[in-house]
Amino acid sequence: MNGEPKLRVVIVDDEELARQVLRELAGAHPELEIVAECANGFEAVKAITELKPDLVFLDVQMPKLDGFEVLELTGTNMAIVFATAHDGHALKAFEVHAVDYLLKPFGAERFERALQRARKRIGSPPPPLTQLALAVRPPGQYLDRVVVRDGTRVHIIPTSKLEYVEAQDDYIAIASEGRRYLKQQTISSLEESLDPKCFLRVHRSYIVNLEQVTNIEPYGKDSKVAILKNGTRLPVSRAGYDRLRNVLESR
Amino acid sequence: MHPILSHPRQMLLYLVLWIPLTALLGYLFRASGYSVQEVAILLGVLAPLYALMCLLAWYPCRATPLQRAGSVRIAATLTAAAVVIAGTWMFFAMIYVSVLESFESLRGLASHAGMYRMIFGMGLLLYLVWAAYYYVLLTMEASRQLELRATEARVLARDSELRALKAQINPHFIFNSLHSISALTTVDATRAREMCITLADFLRATLGLGQKTIIPLSEELDLVHRYLTVEKIRFGSRLMIEEKVDDVAVDCVIPPLILQPLVENAIQHGVAHLPEGACIRLSITAKDDRLTIAMENNFDPEIKPKKRSGIGLANVRERIAIRYGDAANFQAAADGDLFRVNISLPAARSIA
Repeated sequence: MNGEPKLRVVIVDDEELARQVLRELAGAHPELEIVAECANGFEAVKAITELKPDLVFLDVQMPKLDGFEVLELTGTNMAIVFATAHDGHALKAFEVHAVDYLLKPFGAERFERALQRARKRIGSPPPPLTQLALAVRPPGQYLDRVVVRDGTRVHIIPTSKLEYVEAQDDYIAIASEGRRYLKQQTISSLEESLDPKCFLRVHRSYIVNLEQVTNIEPYGKDSKVAILKNGTRLPVSRAGYDRLRNVLESR
Repeated sequence: MHPILSHPRQMLLYLVLWIPLTALLGYLFRASGYSVQEVAILLGVLAPLYALMCLLAWYPCRATPLQRAGSVRIAATLTAAAVVIAGTWMFFAMIYVSVLESFESLRGLASHAGMYRMIFGMGLLLYLVWAAYYYVLLTMEASRQLELRATEARVLARDSELRALKAQINPHFIFNSLHSISALTTVDATRAREMCITLADFLRATLGLGQKTIIPLSEELDLVHRYLTVEKIRFGSRLMIEEKVDDVAVDCVIPPLILQPLVENAIQHGVAHLPEGACIRLSITAKDDRLTIAMENNFDPEIKPKKRSGIGLANVRERIAIRYGDAANFQAAADGDLFRVNISLPAARSIA
């Protein structure tokens, strides 16, 4: 048996020549096995969820999904090494517990250092997932879309089409255009990344898109119910009703 | 803003200038046979009164500026205003004299022949003198404004050129290109060398162009082609280009770095976001003294433009506006999954 166990590697970059650099540098290490090369975020999500690699080399700016959105959908249960020409994402990379951040162009020496760091990380417990969604959002900005993974399929939901969100234990259900998408995230962390001018937490378990609300009716003694354009009735708590009234009155 | 009333120093100068004018009036009164005492009593009131009234001469002057109003209008306005003000002064003089007449010692003031005619005539003359003075002030102010605006425009133009230069060489473009070159070194050394040279040519040309204010379109197109050659190596078949340029158009002159930022924008926000890539269609025509640059590219409408986007476009728009003003037209708009930019400039053929 060899001293070191094989590391299964996925390379994600939309530029062929950039993948080529990684392929070549990894080729010098027999313990690395490249199990997939992906040219965009969709392919990356599919490859990572199916193949569960030990190590991912990830570009940030890619078509469809950027590197951080990919991680939001796949989780970070592997060593992540970013490889990008932009030095502006380093802080975010640190927040998602990336083991290293390679700035293009990079050579064999820098690659090896990243590999050493990755080896140290592999085998240690994965960082908690909840912080990921926060890291994806640029500071001072709100999400303009939510990404959801369904098996290996990826759905991109523009927040304008997001009707409401329901908390279900460790998951949230996102309702959009007649469908419900499940995502592993807490409702509070999603609430923080949505624009408070458009979305409101009307109940411990519900966030609603204010554009969708047509009516609010009393329900029982203390609570109310919000009626959405599509007919859905959502419970509104007392605190939620106060917040709702504040927002609607200030409009 | 009244140039004299609102400036204490101007007011002081105005009052000082009235001293010789009053002395002149006094001399005329003396010449018509008034005693020193009578002159002092008359002018002690009438001269300061007219000094105040002549401050009003500013308003007709401001309403009919020398540069814009026609000479007929200016003459008519000035004459009418002079008659009204001088007439009013004469009217006040009549009242004042009739009040003075009630005193025994001053009886006979009004008996001097032609006194009111003299007051009216002097009133007209003095009014016109002050109108001329206001026109001098107005002209000085206008030329100062003009100079100020010219300086501002120069500063603005230089700033935007500098910014153009800074925005121009996108560091990520360089780093990504260098990364591609490093990839090529082992698989295709010849192409790596070619790419190095093209990149160097592009950088040198960009730095050189930033110094110029106007270049032939052919030179800008060369720059664009170098840029596209480098990007084509990075993006491969994902980057498609269709180019249609009129033979007459290449001789037209344009400000440098107008076209290249448009193409770069199309790559950054179009090609780079589409897995299958995108096509950039560039068409340049010269017709009826107008140079029209039309560019369109596919983009992913689901991706909201991030903050940095549009800086290149805004910069191009700004520089065109500074250089051509209303003679140029810049339009950029998304239509479905196509992004279109249209620029129309006056077609000039020689380097001025």
